[in-house]
Amino acid sequence: MRNTWIIAKRELAGYFATPLALVFIVIFLALTGAFTFYLGDFFGRGQADLEPFFRFHPWLYLILIPAVAMRLWAEERKTGTMELLMTLPVTTTEAVLGKFLAAWVFCGIALALTFPIWITVNVLGAPDNGVIVAGYLGSFLMAGAFMAIGACMSAMTKNQVIAFIIAATVCFLFTMSGLELVLNFFHAWAPPLIVDTVASLSFLVRFDAVMRGVIDLRDVFFFISLIAFWLFVNVIVVEVKKSA
Amino acid sequence: MTDMIVLENLTKRFGALTAVDDVSMTVGRGEVLGFLGPNGAGKSTTMKMVAGYLTPTAGTARVMGHDVGQAPLQVKAAIGYLPEGAPTYGDMTVQSFLKFIAEVRGFSGAEIGRRVDRVREMVALDEVFTRPVETLSKGFKRRVGLAQSILHDPEVLIMDEPTDGLDPNQKHQVRTLIKDMAAEKAIVISTHILEEVEAVCSRAVIIAHGRLLADGTPEQLLSRDGRHNAVVVKLAADTADPVVAGLRALPEVAAVNPLDGGPVNGVAAFRATPKDGRSIVVPVGDYLRSENVTPEEMYVERGQMDDVFRQITLTDQSEAVGDA
Repeated sequence: MRNTWIIAKRELAGYFATPLALVFIVIFLALTGAFTFYLGDFFGRGQADLEPFFRFHPWLYLILIPAVAMRLWAEERKTGTMELLMTLPVTTTEAVLGKFLAAWVFCGIALALTFPIWITVNVLGAPDNGVIVAGYLGSFLMAGAFMAIGACMSAMTKNQVIAFIIAATVCFLFTMSGLELVLNFFHAWAPPLIVDTVASLSFLVRFDAVMRGVIDLRDVFFFISLIAFWLFVNVIVVEVKKSA
Repeated sequence: MTDMIVLENLTKRFGALTAVDDVSMTVGRGEVLGFLGPNGAGKSTTMKMVAGYLTPTAGTARVMGHDVGQAPLQVKAAIGYLPEGAPTYGDMTVQSFLKFIAEVRGFSGAEIGRRVDRVREMVALDEVFTRPVETLSKGFKRRVGLAQSILHDPEVLIMDEPTDGLDPNQKHQVRTLIKDMAAEKAIVISTHILEEVEAVCSRAVIIAHGRLLADGTPEQLLSRDGRHNAVVVKLAADTADPVVAGLRALPEVAAVNPLDGGPVNGVAAFRATPKDGRSIVVPVGDYLRSENVTPEEMYVERGQMDDVFRQITLTDQSEAVGDA
């Protein structure tokens, strides 16, 4: 655990040593703002909640999180620092966890910096702050799931662009799997069990519930187990790739 | 424990390519082993396996008694490893990079500062200490890599081309550093700069096509060159013929041949090559004195590492491993 923390600390410092952190946070804040106020019609709805704010998070994450995740491993392999890292006395699991945590915490920082909108909605009305806390928690968990997918894809290639595109595609499938667009494809031939399973993998469906303040432990468990699964695959990919 | 690194039948295949083929050897404390071979010979692959980065296809590598396959963390803790190209995290400053390495190496508190200061002095990083690594010159980057590898004062040091891309002064510094650490450690360096082997190594192995072709001291390898211990004599061209005939008649001398290019300014040069590679400088000198000939110049050749290298790596690849 100590090594995980040391690696995470180094990674996180790395974000802020480059323009990456600034660019990401500014764009994230600008886009959440734009989506909330224009597409979400924050004022016009006349309701004191953050539903129009949270509703667009899956779509923002779809683009922005693969962009943060793409460099996690691909860059290390490209510059050769992977060899340095993996010959230090750390296990692959510690390295995978450390890198993931740094990236996830970084997203958490960006998410936390949206706090002015929480203040705004409290000034304008009397929102249910419990629902908002649930929304933030759900958004953070979903960001983790996107990030775990992205980290795993980044380990598969030394080309960051390829890592980005594959990660965005996989994230897209997970996001959309609850919608008719995807489900119709399965309805035609698959038994209901499979259709339900595919639907249950959907980030949108899960997040929708959490966003409305319904924190079902199953949804929390879903995101956490998804993170664990992709990190587990990430460890395997790193092991396999470095020996080939 | 004298054998600090033990390789047993170490083999690595990438698909159909056998990069390292059944290599066995040991390295003990106090040795500086030069790992020689043409590009693509398997030097780096071998080092990566010992350092725990690549998993061997067959065979084992043991460092300080730990099998790299079974106890990779113990091996990695015991080794200082400089990967090829000395990769470092470019966006970190030298200071924060070395601090990070110290933390990962298990140091804490004030010890981190002590360790970092120690290597900062050893490899002379003062003037760039607070600059991001990516802004440094190639020579400094390599020294940062070097600093990283010796930070924990490891018993075993493995360095893949530590002086590649350095200027002559920097090369000299790095070699001095290696020599200074040699007594306490087992050091393996790979290189294709052959002068380096003579400059720092107590032992050299030559590897080509993944196979170990020669193993011995630099002196032993040099003795494989036909010119090893040959004596070159330069003397006035008009007095040369009887002397050459006399030298040819000496029992220790195999042949006497004029050097390429013929006489220059009335001075002819000849090379007397010995039988069996033994030193012939004494009999040649005695003969010249007995004939009252004063040579313009006379010196012993040691042989060329380049020639030995070419001879070993270009000839029969299936040649068995033998002590030189």
